[in-house]
Amino acid sequence: MTPAKPGQPLLSVEGLITEFRSSEGTVRAVDEVSYQVWPGETLAVVGESGSGKSVTAMSVLGLIPRPPGRIAGGRILFEGRDLLTVPPAEMRAIRGKAISMIFQDPMTSLNPVLSVGFQIAEAMLAHGDMRRSEAAGRAVELLRTVGVPNAGERYHQFPHQFSGGMRQRALIAMAIANRPKLVIADEPTTALDVTIQAQVFEALRLAQAETQAAMILITHDMGLVAELADRVVVMYGGRVVETTDVRTLFHAPRHPYTKGLLASLPRLHERSERLTPIPGAPPSLVNRPTGCAFHPRCAHSAGRPMCRSEVPAMREVEPRHWSACHYAEELGQSRERIEA
Amino acid sequence: MSAIEPLLRIDNLVKHYGAPRGRKPAIRAVNDISLTLRAGETLGLVGESGCGKSTTGRCIIGLEQPTGGRIVFNGRPVEHGKRAALTAMWRDMQYVFQDPFASLNPLMTVFAILSEPLRLSGMKAAKTEARVSELMQLVGLAPEHGNRFPHEFSGGQRQRIGIARALALNPKLLILDEPVSALDVSIQAQVINLLEDLQDRLGLAYLFIAHDLSVVSHICDRIAVMYLGRIVEIGTREEIFAGPRHPYTQALLSAVPIDDPDLRGKRKRIVLQGDPPSPANPPSGCAFRTRCWKATEICSQAVPALEPKPQARQAVACHHAGTLTADPA
Repeated sequence: MTPAKPGQPLLSVEGLITEFRSSEGTVRAVDEVSYQVWPGETLAVVGESGSGKSVTAMSVLGLIPRPPGRIAGGRILFEGRDLLTVPPAEMRAIRGKAISMIFQDPMTSLNPVLSVGFQIAEAMLAHGDMRRSEAAGRAVELLRTVGVPNAGERYHQFPHQFSGGMRQRALIAMAIANRPKLVIADEPTTALDVTIQAQVFEALRLAQAETQAAMILITHDMGLVAELADRVVVMYGGRVVETTDVRTLFHAPRHPYTKGLLASLPRLHERSERLTPIPGAPPSLVNRPTGCAFHPRCAHSAGRPMCRSEVPAMREVEPRHWSACHYAEELGQSRERIEA
Repeated sequence: MSAIEPLLRIDNLVKHYGAPRGRKPAIRAVNDISLTLRAGETLGLVGESGCGKSTTGRCIIGLEQPTGGRIVFNGRPVEHGKRAALTAMWRDMQYVFQDPFASLNPLMTVFAILSEPLRLSGMKAAKTEARVSELMQLVGLAPEHGNRFPHEFSGGQRQRIGIARALALNPKLLILDEPVSALDVSIQAQVINLLEDLQDRLGLAYLFIAHDLSVVSHICDRIAVMYLGRIVEIGTREEIFAGPRHPYTQALLSAVPIDDPDLRGKRKRIVLQGDPPSPANPPSGCAFRTRCWKATEICSQAVPALEPKPQARQAVACHHAGTLTADPA
């Protein structure tokens, strides 16, 4: 794949294969996944359960439990270095400093017996040469940045005294504490209520503006993607099936799965007589269909044998737009919407 | 109001948790809710976690004993705590739960799950088999899979089993508590379409409890918006979505991410400050006033009545709704 932007990518995942041993044999959760993240951009990685979107991110962070997990192939280049060959101690120094993460469930990501502020300060002390008082001061500042009111008092409170939205903001503060170059956010707002989600978006935006960090946003929420992402990677059955900029993806998708996903969403202010679902269910890791994993559910394949027999490769079907569909060219009709 | 008695009528429903003599204040989960639901209609009950929408559903079906108020279903008052009366009512009113993994017994086959309500209603074994197969077809499952266990089905299929079980005795009303929120995005549309088809074919009424406004806007005829145990706005789908009048409804709608990158930054978005207050210690007057940008002195003094406002057909519980335009400012 040629870069979509000039310069070097910050992160380049190349042909990553991550496998897990299970009672039903070895399953490949991530199957030759490649994507790039450029400095400062927000890349959304979209997919349903079992698509491999989170396992890819955990592989980048070096957090795949071994056993039963195993990285069976590929490279993960961060600023030109292959993270798969970095010794564990050094990986620990990268994780939480240059690359940080925000998980879905803020309750399990925070230590219940330590004050929230202490934990944020701790993240800085672990990675930098800093006095505790200095770290504490900066932690209060960070809490303020992400919109926690009364940050000075809140510093001393424990996670159970924070609401879900506040905890998630505290985690965002912790994630940007060491001015990372890359923040990986895995479903950061899924567990939250709508009005609280809006608050956390704002916090994420502010955090990114403050640090200029690149972000990988892992989500299944296409609304969130439309609001926050610069570019999008769509995953299905452990593979990347489409990648392009956010406008092109929404207006002129070139993979039947992306197209089907967008068509199936109910929309506010729009009552179509019927929704257009994708038939069937996402494939299980154990019984992945042959050829293109999407072919049993595909409205476009029309039973063509190629879809069953050959795994489609990612191809640049138009400038800066890659699709892994044998028949991607046939899906170009919706082009006029983007011109209009 | 029409002369025909609605299928479901709720008058001044109140549900508080916690003993009145206890040291801790009672949790006021539902505070004085009134609404009606006609046969064949879909009413959406919308709000954030802790607003009392599920508690309302559970009071209606008799899983919770209300602290006050009256619920009349199908012409008869719901007799909370009277097992025989409730069992009889459940023939006509059923509940579909959010989590299709937790709400099906993992040790029972689909056939056993679906035939249980039939058997308990006194249906003969010979007829049961035909009815189970009919139910499975009705929800889009292959009848030959009746001998399988829940874990052998995907999430979407499991939700279909939950719906089939609810339909076994031909109810008039289904209470659907977040029926699609645990499902993958590409599966949600399947289940929503199924629910719409079933309503057309069987004339069911739905009480649709949800937090996802896009789903609600698609499936509901009327919508009630709840905040901290009260209904703050109720009206038709068009009234609520095209011209929301309560500040909370306006904020809720503006917070929904829209899946069109061209609209990014072009929409007016109301980001509410703070979190909803605790139902154990609700603010005086209007419960929303602590987060409301329109709040004035009167909001802390009097609970606003849910009533129609000038230039709006929907009922709104806001002291300032008369001065609020449909376009949030």
